[in-house]
Amino acid sequence: MQLIFDKSRPGRRAITWDNLDVTEKTGLPAECLRMVPPALPELGELDVVRHFTRLSQRNVGIDDTFYPLGSCTMKYNPKIAEVAAAQPGFAGLHPHLSSSESYWETCQGALELVYELERLLAEIAGMEASSLQPIAGAHGELTGALLMAAYHRDRGHAHKDTIIVPDSAHGTNPASAVVAGFKVVEVPSDANGQINLDKFRAAMTDNVAGIMLTCPNTHGLFEEQVQEIAKAAHAVDALLYYDGANLNAIIGQCRPGDLGFDVMHYNLHKTFATPHGMGGPGCGPVGVAKRLVPYLPGPRVVKRDAGFALVIPEKSIGRVAAFFGNFLIAVRAYAYLRYYGDEGLKDISRVAVLNANYIHARLKEAFKPAFDGRFMHECLFSAVPQAEHGVHAMDIAKALLDYGFHAPTVYFPLTVKECLMIEPTETESKETLDQFCDAMLDIAERAIHDPEALQTAPTSTPVGRLDEVRAARELNCACL
Amino acid sequence: MSWIPATDADRQEMLEVIGVDSIDDLFTSIPPSLRMKGWNMPPGMSEMNVRRHLSELAARNQAGAVSFLGGGYYDHYIPAAVDALSSRSEFYTAYTPYQPECSQGTLQSIYEYQSVMCRLTGLDYANASLYDGGTAVFEAAMMAMRITRRRRIVVHKSVNPRYREMLATHSAHVDAEIVNGKDPKDAACVIVQNPGFLGTVRDFGYLSERCRAAGALLVVVFYPISLGLLKTPGEMGADISVAEGQSLGLPLGFGGPYLGVMTVRKEHVRKMPGRIAGMTYDREGRRGFVLTLQAREQHIRREKAMSNICSNQALCALRALIYLSLLGPSGLREVAAACHAKAEHLKQQLAFAETLNNGPTFNEFAVRLKKDARQVVRILLQRGIHAGLPLADVGAGEANDLLIAVTEKRTRAELDALAQALEEVSCS
Repeated sequence: MQLIFDKSRPGRRAITWDNLDVTEKTGLPAECLRMVPPALPELGELDVVRHFTRLSQRNVGIDDTFYPLGSCTMKYNPKIAEVAAAQPGFAGLHPHLSSSESYWETCQGALELVYELERLLAEIAGMEASSLQPIAGAHGELTGALLMAAYHRDRGHAHKDTIIVPDSAHGTNPASAVVAGFKVVEVPSDANGQINLDKFRAAMTDNVAGIMLTCPNTHGLFEEQVQEIAKAAHAVDALLYYDGANLNAIIGQCRPGDLGFDVMHYNLHKTFATPHGMGGPGCGPVGVAKRLVPYLPGPRVVKRDAGFALVIPEKSIGRVAAFFGNFLIAVRAYAYLRYYGDEGLKDISRVAVLNANYIHARLKEAFKPAFDGRFMHECLFSAVPQAEHGVHAMDIAKALLDYGFHAPTVYFPLTVKECLMIEPTETESKETLDQFCDAMLDIAERAIHDPEALQTAPTSTPVGRLDEVRAARELNCACL
Repeated sequence: MSWIPATDADRQEMLEVIGVDSIDDLFTSIPPSLRMKGWNMPPGMSEMNVRRHLSELAARNQAGAVSFLGGGYYDHYIPAAVDALSSRSEFYTAYTPYQPECSQGTLQSIYEYQSVMCRLTGLDYANASLYDGGTAVFEAAMMAMRITRRRRIVVHKSVNPRYREMLATHSAHVDAEIVNGKDPKDAACVIVQNPGFLGTVRDFGYLSERCRAAGALLVVVFYPISLGLLKTPGEMGADISVAEGQSLGLPLGFGGPYLGVMTVRKEHVRKMPGRIAGMTYDREGRRGFVLTLQAREQHIRREKAMSNICSNQALCALRALIYLSLLGPSGLREVAAACHAKAEHLKQQLAFAETLNNGPTFNEFAVRLKKDARQVVRILLQRGIHAGLPLADVGAGEANDLLIAVTEKRTRAELDALAQALEEVSCS
């Protein structure tokens, strides 16, 4: 398919403006002006519409097909949430209306939404408060790490310079801890996919400022020793961080705050069904236990008799976003949350876990489960037996594209060889799960009898497997 | 629930295949003492009721006023095709292109986005986007520290105070020293903004020479629309340029989602944070696109990564690409020229107030009124006008100072009405 630049024709245009109703003039000296106009494409509106429509047809999203990407919670993104966020009263609202008290009366509805969503998110996780400022999950992690750093700095814990991260953690955990100035110590998992408690205790010195855990972890298993871990952490005044990537598994069943976690982030684009947008925008609010509330990013929305107002918390770490983070994403999450309410939210985790266990039950003979324990919202397999026939996890992923499905996550977590990580979410029907399982079982058969065909998949997509080495070597990332 | 399709019969059948009696049996790995006792959660709502409730909240915001608010975020017209195309579900319900064969729409659009950002700024490489303008400034500073192995970050007075605050928050525990000014000596970088926060247009070309001589990088923060007219970061000799991309077809949205733009000179590409799409080919020689140079990123490098950033703002980047494709070079020049001409007209009408800019301005300028700007704003609110940003409220001026922005959406009648109202209110 051509690039948009190839379709450009000099003089063609797609936009008209009002006739200028003031005198055209410039108060700008020549040395401040650009010398040549930017070489943007020149196209008619229909050219642009066809180009992007055709590009969209070279993509698949949740609305197209089952998207069992493990750790990403690719659930259905309800349309009502899109409608809610598109309202001019939200979409057209200037953020600096929050900057001056003179304008607060003009944005009371938006401030109420921020206030209510922060309150409900805190309640869902058993936290004291939350902040919508962090812009994405990794940004929430960084904010959480900055909160831990501020807490220890405030208490004079200069020696607390280390964060413990299990080897099954998302790569963002250690990367975020480092940006907040910490050293990272990695603790291995045991054969059952749980954190190795002996190794953890050995690493658990007085220098530890915090422990970042995902629970259920990225093996899809609940960390059954979470109470011991919390106890060990709190004994030396280390803080326990909850990576909310897998909150969908436990929402309404147990709460991070009740498990002993002190600080966490939520992924509104996972648990609360806001669209993934090809990789963003996400939204990664932080939640905190009582002792971290004074350090939260500011300003925060508070409720007063006269209406909603903004205050800076006493020991705030400062702003991590210019305003309230990805507000229009928060609007979608709020609509979703209010739709489900008490009983609905509890059913999310129940069916997410049911669906994952159903897939596990149907595939466990043909594929090797990565662990023996009870999987929660996602199930992990190792394609090591298939790899003996020359069919690797990547080949299985590519083959699934030819069956019309998106692939699961592969080769993550790094702790499982030839890993296939399947997260169905609660929004898929039994029929879809069955079709997917049938495809997987067919692939397992073909891995034995016709491995070559799988090794050359996919054949039904607009392009076949692409040469990634060549992309890095010949580095062409802009058409200039 | 309508978004959970499993019927009671489905659930029963599935439990039988799993070999357990109830869904509760699937949660036995959670120690019973840790199960939730209860929570204070409102009951669910019908879709109609959700719509009613959200409409009611939206109605309590005054988004339809005649607005002169800017301060880094601008009320530009968004062509209808931007919404129509970016709301195609193949775009917005997809995720990170982990499987490039079925994500060519995402990857080619990122490649094209990177290309237009390079063409706009006059630099060589762009990433697939960062979160927003403020985090992009922070990432640029960290990148400059990696490249120069120095720790001093010099921030010029022109830089948006919000970006400064975010830079301070994010770098609080990094070994960095943030100083004000423009002296590149021993610095990793000097960060400047054009137009400056108060709207003043400058040519920072002279600084690039000084930076080069001192071994520091020049980081230029730009306003994308202004580049329809103004000298580019590339023409000024910038090493890194960053921007808040909101003005490129993104709604104001009370603060987000926005778009962090970053472009860099060729020699710095391998130190750049964030995703990058690159061109390549399949076995049959068909052209395609993949995420490339991933060895810089957190999922491979973990604690040694260039940045902790994982996602990008791909959907926002797509909107910016569509917006710039619709405008083309002439449309962008026209919108920039209209913003500038209208702002110049308003400035003339406001001759009674002292301007705080000591040079030319683009579409925004600061005035010192004869009254407290907050009071003036309150009075003009009653007339349906958002008169601008009281600078004292963002720590960038005194009580009587007001920052006024003009976009192509403002008509001459609205400009004149603001001028008249300001004269009446602030001089009476």
